Amino acid sequence: MDTDYAIIGGGIVGLSVAWGLLQRGRRVTVIDGDDGAFRASRGNFGLIWVQSKGMKQPRYAAWSQQSAAAWKGFAEELGEASGTDLGLEQKGGYDFHFSEESLAQTVAQYETLKTRLGGNYPYEVLGRNALKQEEPAIGPGVVGAILHHQDGHANPLRLLQALAADVRRLGGRVLTGKTVVDVTKSDGFRLTCDDATALTAEKVVLSAGLGAASLGPKMGFRAPVRPQRGQVLITEKLPPLINRPSLIARQVSEGGIQIGATNEEVGFDDGVSLPGIGGLARQAIEAYPALARVRLLRSWAALRILTPDGLPIYQQSPEMPGAFLVTCHSGVTLAAAHARFLPDWLEGTDTAPQLEVFNEARFS
Amino acid sequence: MKPAFRDLAPGGRRVGVTFDGRALQLPEGQNLAAALLAAGIGRFRDTPVSGAPRGPFCMMGACYDCLVLIDGCTRQACQTEVRDGLVIDTPRGPADA
Amino acid sequence: MHDLIVIGAGPAGMAAAREAAETGLSVLLLDEQRRAGGQIYRDVDRVAPLRGDLLGRDYTEGLALTRRLDHAAITHVAGAVVWQIETPLRVAYSIDDKAHVAKGRRLLIATGALERPMPLPGWTLPGVMSAGAAQILLKQSGIVAQRAVLAGSGPLLYLVAAQMLRAGTPPLALVETQSRADLARAMRHLPAALRGWRYLAKGMAMLAALKRAGVARHVGATGLAIEGQDRARALRFTAGGKSHRIEADTVLLHHGVVPNTQTARSMGLVHRWNAAQSCFAPTLDDWGRSSDPEVFIAGDGAGIGGARVAALAGQMAALQIAHDLGALSPARRDQAAAPLRRAMARERAARPFIDAAYPPHAPALLPEDDTIVCRCEEVTAGDIRRYAKMGCDGPNQTKAFGRPGMGPCQGRYCGLTVTQLLSEAHGRRPDETGYYRIRPPLKPVTLGEIAALELPKED
Repeated sequence: MDTDYAIIGGGIVGLSVAWGLLQRGRRVTVIDGDDGAFRASRGNFGLIWVQSKGMKQPRYAAWSQQSAAAWKGFAEELGEASGTDLGLEQKGGYDFHFSEESLAQTVAQYETLKTRLGGNYPYEVLGRNALKQEEPAIGPGVVGAILHHQDGHANPLRLLQALAADVRRLGGRVLTGKTVVDVTKSDGFRLTCDDATALTAEKVVLSAGLGAASLGPKMGFRAPVRPQRGQVLITEKLPPLINRPSLIARQVSEGGIQIGATNEEVGFDDGVSLPGIGGLARQAIEAYPALARVRLLRSWAALRILTPDGLPIYQQSPEMPGAFLVTCHSGVTLAAAHARFLPDWLEGTDTAPQLEVFNEARFS
Repeated sequence: MKPAFRDLAPGGRRVGVTFDGRALQLPEGQNLAAALLAAGIGRFRDTPVSGAPRGPFCMMGACYDCLVLIDGCTRQACQTEVRDGLVIDTPRGPADA
Repeated sequence: MHDLIVIGAGPAGMAAAREAAETGLSVLLLDEQRRAGGQIYRDVDRVAPLRGDLLGRDYTEGLALTRRLDHAAITHVAGAVVWQIETPLRVAYSIDDKAHVAKGRRLLIATGALERPMPLPGWTLPGVMSAGAAQILLKQSGIVAQRAVLAGSGPLLYLVAAQMLRAGTPPLALVETQSRADLARAMRHLPAALRGWRYLAKGMAMLAALKRAGVARHVGATGLAIEGQDRARALRFTAGGKSHRIEADTVLLHHGVVPNTQTARSMGLVHRWNAAQSCFAPTLDDWGRSSDPEVFIAGDGAGIGGARVAALAGQMAALQIAHDLGALSPARRDQAAAPLRRAMARERAARPFIDAAYPPHAPALLPEDDTIVCRCEEVTAGDIRRYAKMGCDGPNQTKAFGRPGMGPCQGRYCGLTVTQLLSEAHGRRPDETGYYRIRPPLKPVTLGEIAALELPKED
């Protein structure tokens, strides 16, 4: 066998898993696409986010919490090994509300979830005045916010770069500019790429984002993933203006304000649109009026990888045991879990996390 | 020492502006970057990345090295005309420095 | 709804606007500058009477184009910064911090050229400018650098030096990087170039004038570096087997111009590497039509040809657009185009000779590791090489890894260098390596402007 694990997809998800496996001494080969591939890892918002996730599936909330809690150690170790500051900040994050009704409604939902999580859901409600103390630049239209203490953010591009560097340092092989077009299994797995590169492996992890939709069925997966467009803005670099991140805006470690994001069902169109950026600009200015005089430097759009219920899929192939589908739309939040805990599940050890609720049977 | 730039046809109406709080009389309507250079100012800003000094480079609105703050908003000096009362400040280095 | 929206009021845009207007099309001409002319004829209406003699006839002939903008069917909007273009054609632009949107049936991109980035040690210091910048200062503002050295290659260096000389402030020296061997190689293009003798004669005359004035000239210079901490203090180089150091307040760099492809790139139009000019250029048909049938490109933005070629190309594009929109029969279009094509061939004749005789300075195409290539985010050539080793095949991956191209200039001054560094690292052609994906806004605009933009109802 050429390798113990072949990992299809070199984004944040694939590289996080690869990094975790390499640390356990496994031989890993990552197969990555080209410069023009759809890359959610280059376009995301960088939040390490717990609140509002898993309202209907507490296991997902708990999995996000587990990852958020593991992020500090993960960032320290990866940062030190790669010489990269990942810009991690976990001092809480906001869900802003522009009406008392929506605030009350969300609090009620959080209370339900908190009970189902056994009380581990540390959040507080900030009224206007309390919020103004924390975020002096907040706009008059924001009536209050939910501050969730398990939320935070990191620099997603530095995470990607650090993983890419450290996977190589740990001896991982990374093949770039290739698309896997076929996977077969006899003794082991045999992968074939579009440029006729072939590779044999003991196990295969399919973490190819939207690419899983076409490759997955050949490996016995349903892989019901679809693209959802998110447009994002970033401003010129500014002195500190925003203290904690929210789903509307965050100040990145270089100083720019990142503003997000749209949720659009437009297929594989990853362009930005005037209505899209206009809406984002209006929302950001409502939250932070000072942003009106700040210049937009770039906008971009990336395609989220969504399953029908929005939750991740962790599935071993029933037809090809040893092949695993790993997909989610929160690769940054879950990076620590994918690096620290998912290898146990792939290896089938006693300490493997319970991930049954995330299998594909739920879509049948 | 000779100034770095010479104005071939000085004259015309001058108006008052401030540059980092310093009062200057610049020719009204002139390209702001050109007017500042002629006034002996070559360093327009310090970069937000490393704090390195920068001045005009392309003079055609493409390089963004002549960025200044005018009334708190960043603008390209080479795409701005001198007006009476402009309050010009230099962007100064990394935000957290 | 306009029949034609033209972006850029340089020679190509102005000529196209007039030609289209004469066929009866309504034309919206958007231009970032306050007065028409582009960079080559910058502010020519105002400046020609003041400094026309100093700047020469090649400048004042722009008056013929600006005067022809006075036509009922042309709406010239000055000070308009275009920042986003969508299809079906819709152009968002801002004037004095207020955003507008215009719709058109056809678009002509006439955004001209940029000077080729010339990353050398010290090129980001205050006091280092492009030679074109010095020319703009002289043209628009009548301001001339006093202790300046010109470095690089190409006819623009001679023109700037000659104009500085006429202004009574000759440069301290002309430090040219092209070699005698380049000139020898260029000789095979000379017979064809003689059809464009006017260009060659001008170059010779300017060089002779500089020599008479005693301006020091070095050719085949290598190892160029700018010294200084807070600003440029001196230019160092080697020429004729000797090291030189020239103290100067201003260092003016130039090694050719390249198409400004930002607007075309932002629309995803197809581009190809032009090996003769070492740059990307959009793929166009004979009329300037791009890979999007409703979008045309004319002038230096389509490939470097100079002001006269640009104006002719603008007219050609306008003829075809008029034909597209039913304002001109094929016969009348072809009749009008024939003399334009002949004139273009004549004006282009000297170009292969000039391109070969004045190649870009090779060390500035593939700079040393310590040299900054992305001025905005301060990313070095060594960083790019490191990212290549970390698996970055193309410039969009390096952007994610190290931020080159993410600053306010949107990659205008590092894009070509990054593509060439990655091509070198991977042993690939620039076409295989590709280029940055350019996203809106084409120029930074305030969030307030964007938020206040009212879009037509159908959105």
